[in-house]
Amino acid sequence: MTEATLKTTKANAGASDDSDGMDYLVTRRSRFVTVYLPLILIMFVLLFPFYWMGTTSLKPNSELLDMNNHNPLWVSSPTLQHFNKLVFETEYPAWMWNTMLVAVVATFLSIVASVMAAYAIVRIRYRGAQTVGGLIFLAYLVPPSILFIPLSTVIFEYGLFDSPLALILSYPTILIPFSTWLLMGYFKTIPFELEECALMDGASRLQILLKIVLPLSVPGLISAGIFSFTLCWNEFIYALTFISTSANKTVPVAVLSELVDGDVYHWGSLMAGALLGSLPVAIIYSFFVEHYVSSMTGAVKE
Amino acid sequence: MVDAAPGNDAVVSASFWTRLNENRTVLGLWFMLPAAAFLIFFLAYPLGLGMWLSLTDAKIGRAGEFIGFENFTWLWGDSVFWLSVFNTLLYTVVASVIKFAIGLYLALLLNNNIAFKAFIRAIVLLPFIVPTVLSAIAFWWIFDSQFSILSWALIELGIIDQNIDFLGTPNNARASVIFANIWRGVPFVAITLLAGLQTVPQSLYEAATIDGASKWDMFRHITYPLLTPIIAVVMTFSVLFTFTDFQLIYAMTRGGPVNATHLMATLSYQRAILGGNLGEGAAISTAMIPFLLSAIMFSWFGLQRRKWQQGESDD
Repeated sequence: MTEATLKTTKANAGASDDSDGMDYLVTRRSRFVTVYLPLILIMFVLLFPFYWMGTTSLKPNSELLDMNNHNPLWVSSPTLQHFNKLVFETEYPAWMWNTMLVAVVATFLSIVASVMAAYAIVRIRYRGAQTVGGLIFLAYLVPPSILFIPLSTVIFEYGLFDSPLALILSYPTILIPFSTWLLMGYFKTIPFELEECALMDGASRLQILLKIVLPLSVPGLISAGIFSFTLCWNEFIYALTFISTSANKTVPVAVLSELVDGDVYHWGSLMAGALLGSLPVAIIYSFFVEHYVSSMTGAVKE
Repeated sequence: MVDAAPGNDAVVSASFWTRLNENRTVLGLWFMLPAAAFLIFFLAYPLGLGMWLSLTDAKIGRAGEFIGFENFTWLWGDSVFWLSVFNTLLYTVVASVIKFAIGLYLALLLNNNIAFKAFIRAIVLLPFIVPTVLSAIAFWWIFDSQFSILSWALIELGIIDQNIDFLGTPNNARASVIFANIWRGVPFVAITLLAGLQTVPQSLYEAATIDGASKWDMFRHITYPLLTPIIAVVMTFSVLFTFTDFQLIYAMTRGGPVNATHLMATLSYQRAILGGNLGEGAAISTAMIPFLLSAIMFSWFGLQRRKWQQGESDD
């Protein structure tokens, strides 16, 4: 802070002799104080937990629990023992596989269902389509945390308890409303004339959807898919309630319930587990940042 | 499914079935089928069932009998339930207000011409995309009573003498979970508001500058009015997700110490799934619905306002 004020006073002092050129400097420097400094501060707070996760997962236990002889902000002798333990001594690979399977299948099912629903609402415009659109938006607002109790009895009734199928079938209820809403916006931008031409040439509605509408809305499909995938990966309460066997758990639930034994917290492996579990979403996100942002903001703007 | 191309037998095959499938409503129904099946069996039915369960004394493994409003009258006299309502409201209001303030500030910062803008925006969103439970575990560790890096840093700086028990005392625990929630929510608010800011026409600012408006005037009279519709929607979602939060509390405190951080969602989990009283848990969930409805109404009027503001027809 002092350094920053120093800079502004310096700039002000210089401003008297050559006002035109210095004005440029003043704005540059005050810009640093008003824009870059707060930005750096906020970014630091937002990113520090990741740094802390990373360093913790690389520290040997001795270093981890001794803050007097080792600077906790740095790793003096990095080790992969926590990752090793995770991969070879726990069921972590199975949890990863479960999460991946559930996320991919649930996303795929949701996108198929959403494409059809969105197309029907926007383009087929059957009687009551507007009302159904409104209802789907309402479904988006029903949170899992008021549904999980009755849903757990339903899952039990359907005989799906403790199987990945329970999650594969219940996640779409979170994903479909969102994706449908997003895709409705995309389909609205496709010119009617294209479809009319195809209809004249004798194409069926399904052909129009598959051959004209879908190829034109690939960005929308990717956005909805990426967003759905991260939502699946993030989902917790259903996975916690519907799955009981360790080997069937998803990463978020398993890291919390299986890696903590008693009062002894193995912080190293916990952080390694959290880091590894975040990796798939982070990688996918880094490739499709623009799609992700547009889906997030698109859903809000619609 | 795919209709045959019109050929010789097209006239014959234009049967009842084909004509039926050309009817908009019937065709629409076919297309709606998969989505409707999911939403009816796994959303609408459980939602209704939940309300029914709240009127029964169902336990895990035993279907309940109808007992009227007994669960609700019991909750009415239950101090832990009221504490959870208080906690939920406190958590929602404090976290949402701060998320909005910091989020809007961050959005305004990012709306400047800055270097590596796209990259910074991508980085800012990281806390939002990382699974909540996993980042909550990181916060659990950051707020550890013995090895907290925050305590360490504050001691090194000479601000405090001994470790702060972040999650051990009621008010510290509340502040800590609220902090973690804000940390996760700010990127969402900031990035969506940033998208809104980018739709505000630059010419308005140019005109205002010529008229001699100050930065604050421009914010107050251009940015803010044009942004209100998006603010309404973003904040409704933010409030909705904060109010129904579960994972963060479950990972960091499990409602403790002495129920000080129990939210309605975590309390209903504890009573229904761990305690086995499905009816009572369902009653707590049902009690959340009025609050959610008011949030939805808020969103609805926010959207309405947006339409007439922009002079769009209401379609």
